[in-house]
Amino acid sequence: MVVGFVVGGTEPLIGKSKEAEIKRINKELANIRSKFKGDKALDGYSKKKYVCKLLFIFLLGHDIDFGHMEAVNLLSSNRYTEKQIGYLFISVLVNSNSELIRLINNAIKNDLASRNPTFMGLALHCIANVGSREMAEAFAGEIPKILVAGDTMDSVKQSAALCLLRLYRTSPDLVPMGDWTSRVVHLLNDQHLGVVTAATSLITTLAQKNPEEFKTSVSLAVSRLSRIVTSASTDLQDYTYYFVPAPWLSVKLLRLLQCYPPPDPAVRGRLTECLETILNKAQEPPKSKKVQHSNAKNAVLFEAISLIIHHDSEPNLLVRACNQLGQFLQHRETNLRYLALESMCTLASSEFSHEAVKTHIETVINALKTERDVSVRQRAVDLLYAMCDRSNAQQIVAEMLNYLETADYSIREEIVLKVAILAEKYAVDYTWYVDTILNLIRIAGDYVSEEVWYRVIQIVINRDDVQGYAAKTVFEALQAPACHENLVKVGGYILGEFGNLIAGDPRSSPLIQFNLLHSKFHLCSVPTRALLLSTYIKFVNLFPEIKTTIQDVLRSDSQLKNADVELQQRAVEYLRLSTIASTDILATVLEEMPPFPERESSILAKLKKKKGPSTVTDLEEIKKERSSDMNGSAEPTPVNASNVSTPSPSADLLGLGAVPLTNSAPAPSSSGSLLVDVFSDSSVAVPLAPGSEDNFASSSDLASSEVVSEEPADAVHDADELIHKFICKNNGVLFENQLLQIGLKSEFRQNLGRMFIFYGNKTSTQFLNFTPTVICSDELQSSLNLQTKPVDPIVDGGAQVQQVVNIECISDFMDAPILNIQFRYGGTLQNLSVKLPITLNKFFQPTEMSSQDFFQRWKQLSSSKQEVQNIFKAKHPMDTEITKAKIIGFGSALLEEVDPNPANFVGAGIIHTKTIQIGCLLRLEPNLQAQMYRLTLRTSKEAVSRRLCELLSEQF
Amino acid sequence: MTRPRGSSYCCLAPRAWGDPARDPRDLCPQMRFMLLFSRQGKLRLQKWCVAAGERERRKMVRELMQVVLARKPKMCSFLEWRDLKVVYKRLYFCCAIEGPDNELLTLELIHRYVELLDKYFGSVCELDIIFNFEKAYFILDEFLMGGEIQDTSKKSVLKAIEQADLLQEEDESPRSVLEEMGLA
Repeated sequence: MVVGFVVGGTEPLIGKSKEAEIKRINKELANIRSKFKGDKALDGYSKKKYVCKLLFIFLLGHDIDFGHMEAVNLLSSNRYTEKQIGYLFISVLVNSNSELIRLINNAIKNDLASRNPTFMGLALHCIANVGSREMAEAFAGEIPKILVAGDTMDSVKQSAALCLLRLYRTSPDLVPMGDWTSRVVHLLNDQHLGVVTAATSLITTLAQKNPEEFKTSVSLAVSRLSRIVTSASTDLQDYTYYFVPAPWLSVKLLRLLQCYPPPDPAVRGRLTECLETILNKAQEPPKSKKVQHSNAKNAVLFEAISLIIHHDSEPNLLVRACNQLGQFLQHRETNLRYLALESMCTLASSEFSHEAVKTHIETVINALKTERDVSVRQRAVDLLYAMCDRSNAQQIVAEMLNYLETADYSIREEIVLKVAILAEKYAVDYTWYVDTILNLIRIAGDYVSEEVWYRVIQIVINRDDVQGYAAKTVFEALQAPACHENLVKVGGYILGEFGNLIAGDPRSSPLIQFNLLHSKFHLCSVPTRALLLSTYIKFVNLFPEIKTTIQDVLRSDSQLKNADVELQQRAVEYLRLSTIASTDILATVLEEMPPFPERESSILAKLKKKKGPSTVTDLEEIKKERSSDMNGSAEPTPVNASNVSTPSPSADLLGLGAVPLTNSAPAPSSSGSLLVDVFSDSSVAVPLAPGSEDNFASSSDLASSEVVSEEPADAVHDADELIHKFICKNNGVLFENQLLQIGLKSEFRQNLGRMFIFYGNKTSTQFLNFTPTVICSDELQSSLNLQTKPVDPIVDGGAQVQQVVNIECISDFMDAPILNIQFRYGGTLQNLSVKLPITLNKFFQPTEMSSQDFFQRWKQLSSSKQEVQNIFKAKHPMDTEITKAKIIGFGSALLEEVDPNPANFVGAGIIHTKTIQIGCLLRLEPNLQAQMYRLTLRTSKEAVSRRLCELLSEQF
Repeated sequence: MTRPRGSSYCCLAPRAWGDPARDPRDLCPQMRFMLLFSRQGKLRLQKWCVAAGERERRKMVRELMQVVLARKPKMCSFLEWRDLKVVYKRLYFCCAIEGPDNELLTLELIHRYVELLDKYFGSVCELDIIFNFEKAYFILDEFLMGGEIQDTSKKSVLKAIEQADLLQEEDESPRSVLEEMGLA
């Protein structure tokens, strides 16, 4: 059928101006709308024609907001073409309009039961295309039966397998494993290669999640693969693709085998033969010059190499794979060079092939220099990084630095991180390391993140053999008339610590050092200037002879009266310090920084964050894991090993904020003194006698007793009062009037939840057109994903119906969704709305932590934006045990013996959303005499602190 | 612990066999969508294999078209985009797949689909797909389901389409195509 889009039989729509197209389309839409609304019922043919036109318009990129119903009507037509267009429309344009989904599901159900293979195929395609949870709920039980039934046609089996796969991907919990699984495995033996191909896709996905259940598929897959790779190119007839026997099936089988460890010896021998055959075939002259032939052949080869790498147990195969990839590195096809670089990256992590990969270093370096496509060059950088070890680190780092000068902006930051990591990891000679990092700053200063220059300072401070060299080198680098601000930072810091080591040379005397740094001062940003001021005060201690010069600078108006508070304060305090403190005190306060505790390189952490954790696991670690004696002697670690970790992972990396003062500030020693600091103002908190032990009641008792005491809600349906009852519990009666009772039962885990809503008809008459709808505001929609199943529109007198709401929290949110219920009772339309108690705290996971951890975190979240506090009057009797139960019900952990005041309550937890996780700390201080509470919430997000504080305040 | 979505290309960590759950996305990568668009950036066909909102889809299509149209000839047919890998072919068939999927075979999957269209329309051109978009979709549906290849045999797919066409002729009162287009 051709969609007629022509008025008056002139020109087609395509190619006209945008305005003309829009005008034309609006006219057509108006026409179709009037046809659909017209009094005259449309016949199937016209309906199909118009639905098809709508689809066409939609695919041109215009919005379509009607026609869904007509499309659904087409589904139940007996005419194939009408049904087909109906299904196509649904597949492309379906939205989760619950009313429609039910009708669609009905039509699908009929077609699945029709035993007409063509209709069944259409229905299965529709399920796979839409793939929604509702569809999974309706059909996940049915499809396995169709798949394994003896009399199902091959084409339907193929569709059923892939349809089931789609449903399993969207809703794995709804696809039950059962008797059918073993029969599915045997589809690997099916005569029909199309069925085998589809089944292999399904089995691979299922096997990955349930390896035990599908273990038998390994030997079947190997024998199938063996038959394919040894077949003559014509044996498989139409499944041979450009002289390659069944490439798709081969790749899928090889993928399936990657779900399992190397098989038992018997099967393993046969598999090794297969893999060798595939490698051998790569060396044979091509059977066709067509690119399709080589692509298909190499697709199988690359997948075989993936399996070899995955097994990582046959050195012979690994080395052969590496040689094969080495050939591809110089192939004229860009695609092959790209894939070879990529695949070799994984090969470099195997101890068997690491050395073989290294032999290709020159080719890879050449690729970095000559490839015209940035995505290929990027692969070359990755491979160099992966193949780097102590033997070639200097060469690789040099080449990367070289490349960095001309590298594309998009990949510079990543290259900087990689160079910094390699330089640190493989530095034998730390002068080389310092040179490398300074080069990095020179070449790509803008891309050098804080972590990188923090790290170089950390290392210099921890290694006294490199300090003099570092001071000399930064001094020289700073001579350049225009140097990057990051260099000024590193230079300032290092000279402030170790400038004395080069001060003996008259060319770098104290005054020259100071003038050099100060010549950069005015060109720098505020944080750098702040750092330089700290350097100056350190100079006062290191070089008493230039004290007056420095004091003059600090005293100048541009410092003492600087508009920036931080700079002004530093100038004032440093000047004062230099004036009043004795030499001894100065020496103590401004002492050299102590070595930093060893911990994971923050640069590595950053690269991991950038690329995903699996990408940067380093070879050294893997080797250590596998064969601990591989590297023999312990290698020098870049950071002073005597300083084993002090647990302060989140403290400012270098304490740069207050460089000279860190040493002098008295560290809070006990948690007691810390508390004074943390909870300094406690005007409301008054000691309170701990409740008697006899009053203990389990939290569940408390929760249930509350349900009993609940009053039926009054007319203010959507007010927040209803919600407040459910903040600290998940079950109960949400709403009740003379006609209807709404009960709730819900459970939440991490960022997911499920709520059962029970609608009870309290009358003896039927409710008709009973339609509950869950409504989210636009704002809420982006942060909360709710899926509901429609309920039966008729609720008999005295009956109860149940509705499930599946909940996914995408990001933190404020409002609650609204449940709107409409139904007819005795001829009148009833309409009511209540808020559904889905609140942010439902996605809490309690976190236990020690007092020390708690206060450390509490301190970190001390900015005014992170803390929200509320002081309010108690609305309920102030009972300790009820309060405890409420805090637990709220979702956070209740931390005992953390607060030094036993009357106070503290809690901690993590709010799980799909996009972020937010750590939350809370503290509740009751004041019995005043009958008041003070509630403090600290989280990393202001909106979250506010919302949680709001919700919890209502509970006491 | 949350893992970033989509595995990236350079997986240095060996897959822990025996514990397939360790990297659950790795072995069953999925095609996310397939697009066909013209040099002028007109979208002619779109097949989505995972759920995505309409607005998000349009944004992705726009963004990806820009990226792909800017590629020069002789560049590699694969590129990384967002957390996905894109495999494209001139005249702009474009498949977005997850990292560990087989790129070369995806390229051939596009080729096989073009062959099917060629066979059906007899040397297919853009106008064939514009005016017979529903056929293009039906053929794609016979060939792919949920992003997985359903049947790699050209014959089986074409047979299914021919059968459907036969059914259509039985159904339909023989109206002239030209009449339908208003050209008669």
